[in-house]
Amino acid sequence: MADDKQMTPYTKTVMDHFLNPRNMGDMPDADAEGTVGSAACGDIMKVFLKIQDNRIVEAKFKTFGCGSAIASSSMATEMLKGKTIDEALKMTNRQVVDALGGLPAYKMHCSVLAEDSVKAALHDYLRKHPEAVPAGYVVPSKEEEQAANAQTGHGEH
Amino acid sequence: MKRIYLDHITSTPLDPRVFEAMKPFFMERYGNPSAMHQEGLMARDALQKSREQAASFIGARRADEIYFTSGGTEANNLAIKGVAYASQRNGNHLIISTIEHPSVMEAAAFLETQGFVCTRVPVDREGRLDPEQVRAAVTDKTILIATHYANHDIGVIQPVEEIGRVAAEKGAPFFCDANAAAGWLPIDIQKIGAQLLSFTPHRFYGPKGSGVLYRNRKARLQPIIHGGGQENGRRAGTENVPAIVGAGLACELAGREQAERAAHAGVLQKRLIEGLLEQVPYLILNGPPAGPRRSPVNVSVSAEFIEGESQLLLLDHQGIAVASGGSCVSKSLKASHVLKGIGLDEALAQGSIMMTLGRENTVEEMDEVARALAGVAAKLRAMSPLWDQFQKGRIDSLVKPRPKTDGRMNPLF
Repeated sequence: MADDKQMTPYTKTVMDHFLNPRNMGDMPDADAEGTVGSAACGDIMKVFLKIQDNRIVEAKFKTFGCGSAIASSSMATEMLKGKTIDEALKMTNRQVVDALGGLPAYKMHCSVLAEDSVKAALHDYLRKHPEAVPAGYVVPSKEEEQAANAQTGHGEH
Repeated sequence: MKRIYLDHITSTPLDPRVFEAMKPFFMERYGNPSAMHQEGLMARDALQKSREQAASFIGARRADEIYFTSGGTEANNLAIKGVAYASQRNGNHLIISTIEHPSVMEAAAFLETQGFVCTRVPVDREGRLDPEQVRAAVTDKTILIATHYANHDIGVIQPVEEIGRVAAEKGAPFFCDANAAAGWLPIDIQKIGAQLLSFTPHRFYGPKGSGVLYRNRKARLQPIIHGGGQENGRRAGTENVPAIVGAGLACELAGREQAERAAHAGVLQKRLIEGLLEQVPYLILNGPPAGPRRSPVNVSVSAEFIEGESQLLLLDHQGIAVASGGSCVSKSLKASHVLKGIGLDEALAQGSIMMTLGRENTVEEMDEVARALAGVAAKLRAMSPLWDQFQKGRIDSLVKPRPKTDGRMNPLF
């Protein structure tokens, strides 16, 4: 926990997840992984998932980025655990921000990056397991996904 | 927890002697210096003393060449816009470098929207401006050459005397932004040969809320704040008397103690740079090496594979105050234009940490900071997907590239 007497530029929850990130690390036997962002833009997020019976049983991340980017990845992976693929696909950056107790306006893109990296990992899984695609959901190709992420300003360069 | 403050370029603590000098001007000598009564005359007298102290600090011959403003940013705006507006009949062309302080960059950009034209002369890899390139940029429409004495981000010292000579040969006024130099490097306006020079004493133990613009009487200058005619008609508004009193004394003290302060900072700078290069792998120094080309207070480094704000926050959590040029630190979400200006790789710019030393820092603190940053870098690298890629040999380091063995390098940046 951040020292209560210290001033922080973020909420206590953000600082806690930044200083003590949950689910940080590699997952060599991941069922799926997704990476978005670029070093030049200042943040890269990589999400690893382990999925059993259409449910996320484990989620991990690695992030190059600022405090709120690291906290957003920590919180997003926390929120993913136990969700079905369908539920995880519906997870939004807003939910991550709310769980963190808010982010400054100019840091909202960190939460968008978290949502997009989660989606990238889920799409990676769904491309390998078409039978798991929820009814009516269209999985973008890797190329489409990279183009979309480049448009929102954090595609892989 | 005792904190280690390494951000003196953004502000310093007030010198206790300065604080004492300021105190009477809040509740006893509160008069308006424009007023004719005793209270006013007392304040006016104090302003005059400060003007003399500031003039003497930079070697100006006359106290009435000193104009007090609200700070360095206002002094820079007054110099650039004031000269530009006053010189419109003679031309519309300004020359600056690509690595000025935002108050210079943005003032020039604003003037471009008003019909002025600005040339931004590039700098070399260390950030140094070539006086010959400045000369080449001069046209018959040039009304101002403006650059800084020392750089706020990377500490590079510009050849201001040579640029002053180029300006004199070409007949263009020269404005020297000495905000990142004053108090730490000797300033002699006669040697620099600038018609205008700015600085702010809160960078050297004076109070916030006061800036200084030196203006040679021959230089044309229009006010940008209009009103009651204070500061010889060049800057209207009731003077911030307590701050100006403090600014004056801060100048006097800095003038007396500058060599000693600079020598102390220089020892710490060398120690910190050596400690960082030794203890933090894949780290580079941005700007010139410690020595005559670099301000003794500035240490700017980039740690590879990690980002700056997260380093800053972890250091702050451990009691160490630093700054970063990474985009996530600035509200504009742009990485430092200075680091871009010296051609630093964008990822390395994101990982930059800027430290500026002061007289209260110690050698022991430098060792502690080097150790702390080594720990912070290791912690953040353990989280970084780039570090992972580097460990697996998929990308290479720009700071210390692997020896080429089979010619199959894969720099993924």
